Amino acid sequence: MTAIPAGRRGAAHRARGTAHRARIGADVGGTFTDIVVQTVDGTLHSTKVLTTYDAPEQGILAGIEQLGRSTGIDLRDVDQIIHGTTLATNALIERRGAKTALVTTAGFRDVIETRTESRFEQYDLNIVLPEPLIERKDRYVITERLNARGEVLVDFDESGARSLIEHLGAQGYESVAVGFLHSYRNGVHERRFRSLLKEVLSDVSVSISSEVSPQMREYERFNTVCANAYVQPLMASYLLRLRDQLGAIGVGCPLYLIHSGGGLMSVDSAAEFPVRLIESGPAGGAIFAADLAARYGRDRVLSYDMGGTTAKISLIEDFTPRTAKVFEVDRRSRFKKGSGMPISIPVIEMIEIGAGGGSIARVDSLGQIRVGPHSSGSEPGPAAYARGGSDPTVTDANLALGRLHPDTFGAADIDLKPTLAHQAISDAVGGPLGLDADTAAIGISEVVDENMTNAARVHAVEGGRDLAGFTMIAFGGAAPLHASRLIDKLGLDELIVPSGAGVGSAIGFLRAPFAYEAIRSFYTTTDDFDYVGANEVLAELTAEAESFVRIGTATDLSDESETIVERQVSMRYAGQGWEIPVRLDDGEFDEFAADLLAGKFTKAYLEFFGRAIEDLTIEAVSWAVRVSSRQEPPPLVETIPQGSPVTSETLREMYDPALDTRVTAGVFERAQLNPGDLVIGPALIVETQTTTVLGSHHRCVVQPDESLRISRAGRGSP
Amino acid sequence: MSTSDLRNQVMWNRLISVVEEQALTLVRTAFSTSVREAGDLSAGVFDKKGRMIAQAVTGTPGHVNTMAAALSHFINDIGPERIFEGDVYITNDPWKGTGHLHDITVATPVFYNNSHVGFFASTAHVVDIGGRGYGPEAREVYEEGIRIPILKWVERGNLNRDLVTVVAQNVRESDQVVGDIFGLAACNETGRRRLCAMFDEFGLSDLEGLAEFVFDRTRAATIAALRSVPEGVYTNQMTVDGYDHTLTLCVSVTVTADGMHADFTGTSPLSKFGVNVPLTYAQAYFTYGMLVALAPELPNNFASLEPFTVSAPPGVILNAQHPDPVAVRHVIGHFVTDLCLGAIAAALPDRIPAEGSGALWNFQASARSADVDDPKPPVELLMFNSGGTGARPGLDGLTVTAFPSGVRTMSVEATEQVGPIIIWRKEIRNDSGGAGRQRGGLGQIIEVGPTDGYLFEFSAMFDRVANPARGRHGGSDGAGGAVYLDDGSPFPTKGKETVPADRRLILELPGGGGFGDPAERDPAAIANDLLQEYVTS
Repeated sequence: MTAIPAGRRGAAHRARGTAHRARIGADVGGTFTDIVVQTVDGTLHSTKVLTTYDAPEQGILAGIEQLGRSTGIDLRDVDQIIHGTTLATNALIERRGAKTALVTTAGFRDVIETRTESRFEQYDLNIVLPEPLIERKDRYVITERLNARGEVLVDFDESGARSLIEHLGAQGYESVAVGFLHSYRNGVHERRFRSLLKEVLSDVSVSISSEVSPQMREYERFNTVCANAYVQPLMASYLLRLRDQLGAIGVGCPLYLIHSGGGLMSVDSAAEFPVRLIESGPAGGAIFAADLAARYGRDRVLSYDMGGTTAKISLIEDFTPRTAKVFEVDRRSRFKKGSGMPISIPVIEMIEIGAGGGSIARVDSLGQIRVGPHSSGSEPGPAAYARGGSDPTVTDANLALGRLHPDTFGAADIDLKPTLAHQAISDAVGGPLGLDADTAAIGISEVVDENMTNAARVHAVEGGRDLAGFTMIAFGGAAPLHASRLIDKLGLDELIVPSGAGVGSAIGFLRAPFAYEAIRSFYTTTDDFDYVGANEVLAELTAEAESFVRIGTATDLSDESETIVERQVSMRYAGQGWEIPVRLDDGEFDEFAADLLAGKFTKAYLEFFGRAIEDLTIEAVSWAVRVSSRQEPPPLVETIPQGSPVTSETLREMYDPALDTRVTAGVFERAQLNPGDLVIGPALIVETQTTTVLGSHHRCVVQPDESLRISRAGRGSP
Repeated sequence: MSTSDLRNQVMWNRLISVVEEQALTLVRTAFSTSVREAGDLSAGVFDKKGRMIAQAVTGTPGHVNTMAAALSHFINDIGPERIFEGDVYITNDPWKGTGHLHDITVATPVFYNNSHVGFFASTAHVVDIGGRGYGPEAREVYEEGIRIPILKWVERGNLNRDLVTVVAQNVRESDQVVGDIFGLAACNETGRRRLCAMFDEFGLSDLEGLAEFVFDRTRAATIAALRSVPEGVYTNQMTVDGYDHTLTLCVSVTVTADGMHADFTGTSPLSKFGVNVPLTYAQAYFTYGMLVALAPELPNNFASLEPFTVSAPPGVILNAQHPDPVAVRHVIGHFVTDLCLGAIAAALPDRIPAEGSGALWNFQASARSADVDDPKPPVELLMFNSGGTGARPGLDGLTVTAFPSGVRTMSVEATEQVGPIIIWRKEIRNDSGGAGRQRGGLGQIIEVGPTDGYLFEFSAMFDRVANPARGRHGGSDGAGGAVYLDDGSPFPTKGKETVPADRRLILELPGGGGFGDPAERDPAAIANDLLQEYVTS
C-alpha cells in the first residue's frame, strides 16, 4: 500500500453540489490491477495487486478489501467506484469473444475483409494482413439498400430476414452485429432487423451500427459494430457480476466505467456499448495529465507515459486531451498504422510505439542499433532480472549507464544483476559492432530516446502542431528515466513528474467528468447548406449525449446538476480527405448559417496551414456533441519558481548524454524531498516505482504538490 | 563502430524523421485524391551535390528513384553558381521528374551560416495540369498540359509572380494547383528549419560527413543483399493486354558483383496513347521490385538506389521520349515489378511470388446529364480498385490488395456522397485466385451504375482480361478479368465508353497466380477455402 499524501491533500476534485465520502478508482491492466481510494479530505491511498486474469473482479475485490483494512476506511462510506479495464481490448486481441454473426447489405459481405485494399507495409513481400474479426462464413447478407441521403432504394426483405434469423438461431450464434450501408443516415432497416430478431431469438445479443457508431465509412463502422457485438456478452456478464459482488462486500454504491473518450458512463450503458471501453486505461493516464495541466495552468502539454512495453504520447491543449473519431486496436505488426482493426468511436488521441523498459535492442543489416518494438515483457524480462532473459533491453542499458541501481530498484522481488545486463549488451550489440558494453548501452539509450522524440514530433505534425512551448508531463514506470533527455531533444523548457505516477491512470479515473460524446456523419456543403437537417442532427445528438450523462448524474449530482454542451462539426474543402474540427456557437442555424460556417472554417484552416483558399466549396462531414457534467476547476498549484539547493551524501556514477561522459550524480530519495527543495543535476531522484534522471544541466524544484518541476539551465528559471 | 558512428546513427534516424514530417505536412494539405489515398507524393533530403540522403516512405513506388534523380537535373539546369539562399525551384518535366506532367517537384536549397549545405525536395500529384485532362487520349505530351521547365519559383525570397500567373492560367483548378505548389514549398521549409535546428544541436557545419556515413553503410548492406542472387543474366517475358494492342514486356536482368541492370530490349513498341512509360518510371518499379525482394530493411537513398540501372532501345513502350504522350504511364508501368521479379525467380525459388493482377482497375468517370433537355452539372468520380496479388512461396496471395501500387481504396459511402453513383456490389470474387500449394489472392466483383438522371463517360483501362496473372512452380494462373453490363452485353475493356443511365457496369477483377503444385496444398487450407467460399468447387 502506498499513500500519496503530497499536496493532493485538500485537492479533492468534486462535481458541484456533492460531498463525496470516499471514492475508488480501479484500473485493471494486463499485469497489475491498481486501486486508488480518495478519502473525504482528498487524500489518496493506492495499492497494486496482480490482475486475476480469468475473473478480473476478484483482483478488484481483493485490492479494495486490502485498502479498506490498511486505511481503516469503512467500505460502506465509499459512494462511487470508477472502473477502467482492458478486458474488452484483450477479448478482441485474443479473439475470446462470443460466437458472432455479421448481417449486412447484399453486395457488401466482405467489407471488413477487403479493408482499404492496401498493404500497411510497402516493403514486405510476406506481409500478413489482419484477419477480419468475423470470418466470411459467419457473414450474411440481406436484400435492402439506402442511398447516401438515407432514402430507400431497395425495400427491406422481410421474408428473407425471417429465414436468415431462423438460420442464425439454428447455428447457435450468441451475438449478432448488424451493419447496413448508409445506416448512419437512417437506421430504419437495421432497427427493423433487430426487432424481427428479438421476436424470435430474445437471448441473442444484437448490436446495430446506426447506434454503436453512426459515422460514414462502412469499413470502420462495420468493424466497430462487429467488435461491439463480439465482446458484448462477455462484458455484460462481467460488469453485472462485478456489481453484484461489490454489493456483497458492502460496497453498494454506484459503479461507473471510464470510456475511451475520457468520461464516465453507467454500467448499463457500458454493457450495451462495451466497444466504448476499449483504450479506457490509457485514457485515464491522459486525464491524469490533463488534470495536472489544469493545476499548473499549462495550456499546451505533451503527455508522455512509458511503461514496460510501450510509450504513449498525447497532446493536451487547454487542459483537454485531443480526441479523435477513429483509432486502431490490435496493431499486429510493429504498431504499424493499418495493421490493426479500426474502431470509430470518440477516443483520446495518442500515439503508441514499441518503446518500453523491456524493449529489446539488436543490430540490423546496416550495422545500426535498433530498439523495439519487440519486448521481453515481464517474463522473462530484461537480462538483469536473471529470469532467463538473454536479450538486452532498455532497462539493461539504464542499469549499465548508472541510471538504475540494484539497491534502489523498485520491484521488491527483483534483484538486478548488472553483470547479466553487461553480458547481454555485449553479446547482442557490443560484439557485432566492436563496442564495449558501456558504449553499446549509450547507443541503445540514445536510439530509444530518438524513437520516442521522433514519434512525438510526427504525432504533433499530424495534429497540425509544433511542440515549441509545450510542457512535458511524464508518468509511468519508465518515463522519468528518459523524460529529461527527451525535453532536451524536443527543445522543451519544462518537465513535470507528478507524484503517484505509477498509478496515474487510476487517479485519472477519479478526475474524469460524466461525459459522453455522440458523433454522426451528416454530409452537406456550404454551397447548398441543409440547415434544417443540421439542426435536427445536432438536436438528436445533444439528446442522445444528455441521456447518457443523465444516467450517471441522476443518482449522483442530484437536481443541482449542470451540464456543459460542446458542439462541433468536422469540415474540409471539397476534395480534401482531412477534416478539421470547427467549434459551433450555441443556437440553431438559419438560412445565413452557411456564410458563418464558411468564415469559421476559413479561420480554422488558416490557423492550421497558414493559407486558405477562396471560393472553394466547403463540406461538412460529421457532427459531434459532447455533454459533460460541470466540474469545479482544480485548485491552481502555487508554483515555486526558485528553490533552496539540497545536497545528497549518496553519490553515483552516471552517464550524461549531453556531455557525453560519466558524471557524479547525487542520489535523492523522493520521499525525503520537501516542497521548495532545489535539486541541481546531475542527480537521480529515486522512489519505489521509478527513478527521475537529471542531467548536468537540469534543475528540479519540488512543488507544493510534490511534483518535480524540471527545467534546463540557461533556459529560464530556475 | 565508434561513438562518432553512434552520433551519426542518431542523426541518420533524425533525418528520416525529418523527411517523414515533411511528407506528412504535404499529405495533410494536398488537394489531390491520389496524394491522399495513394500516397502519390515523396519528400527527401539531399546533400549539396544532389545525392539523396533520406526519403520518406510513402505509398507509391513510382517516386522511389525518380525523386533521387531529379536533384541533379535541378543543379545542372539552374547552375551551381545561381543557387542562392531563399530560392525555391520547380518542374513537372516528365523526363526530369516522375514520368508525367501531373507530378510537380519543388526543390529548396538549404543554407547554414551562409553556406550551401544541401536541398529538400518534394513531389505531389496535382488535381489538374491543363491540356485534355487526365487520361490516355492525347497523342503528344503537348496535349497533356502545361510543361514547367526547371525554373525558379522563388529567388532570394522573391516570388516569381510571372511564373505563378502562367501556371494559374494554364490549369483548371488554379487555386488548388497553385495552393499545392505553395504547400510543396512549405513542407520543404519545414524540413529546412528542422535540419538547421539539428545542425545547432549536433554542432554540424555541413552534411558531407553524415552523407558519407549513410552511403557507406547503405552501399555495403545493399551489395551484401544482392549477393543472394548469383551473378548472371536472368530473363523474363510477360504478355499483357495493353491499351491499343497486346504488349509483350521483355527484360534481361544482369547481376554483377556491384549491381543489377535491367534491359528492356524486345519489349513492344510505343502506343499512340498516353500509356507510354518514360524509362525513369520503369526504373522506379524495377528498383522497387528488387529492393522489396532482396533488401526490404534498407532505406532509400543515393547508395541503395545506385546499384540499380536500366536501359532500353528508343521506340519501346518502356522508353517513351519527348514528345510521346505519357499521362497514364502507371497502367503499363506497374507491370514492370512483376516482370523483373519473374526474371530473378529462377535464382530465388523461395522468395519470389507468382504474378498478381498488377495494374489497378481504377474507375475514373465523368457523370453527365443523361437528358440533354435537363442539363445538370458534370461530376468527376474516382474509385481505386485492386485485384488479387500472386501467391507467395510460404503464404497465399493477398485478396483484393494493391501491388506494387500502394493505393488505398475509398469508402463506398463516401464515394456515393460525392456524386450520382450507386455502387451496388463490391465483394470478393469467388474462385478467382490461381490454385497452388499457396493460392493466389482473390479479385473482386464491382457493380456500379449512375443515378439521379446521369450517365457515365469514362476511359476504360482494364488489363489482365485476355492475359491473366501466371502461376509459378506449378501453380495455376489467376482468373482473368471480365467487363460487361448488367444486361449481359459485353463492354469494351479499353477506350472512351458510356454507361447509360439505366444500366450497371460489372467489373470482375483479376486474381493472382498460384504458387506450387495444387496437389500439395494443406488439406486444412483446402477445407477452409471451401468453408469460407473462397473456392466453391
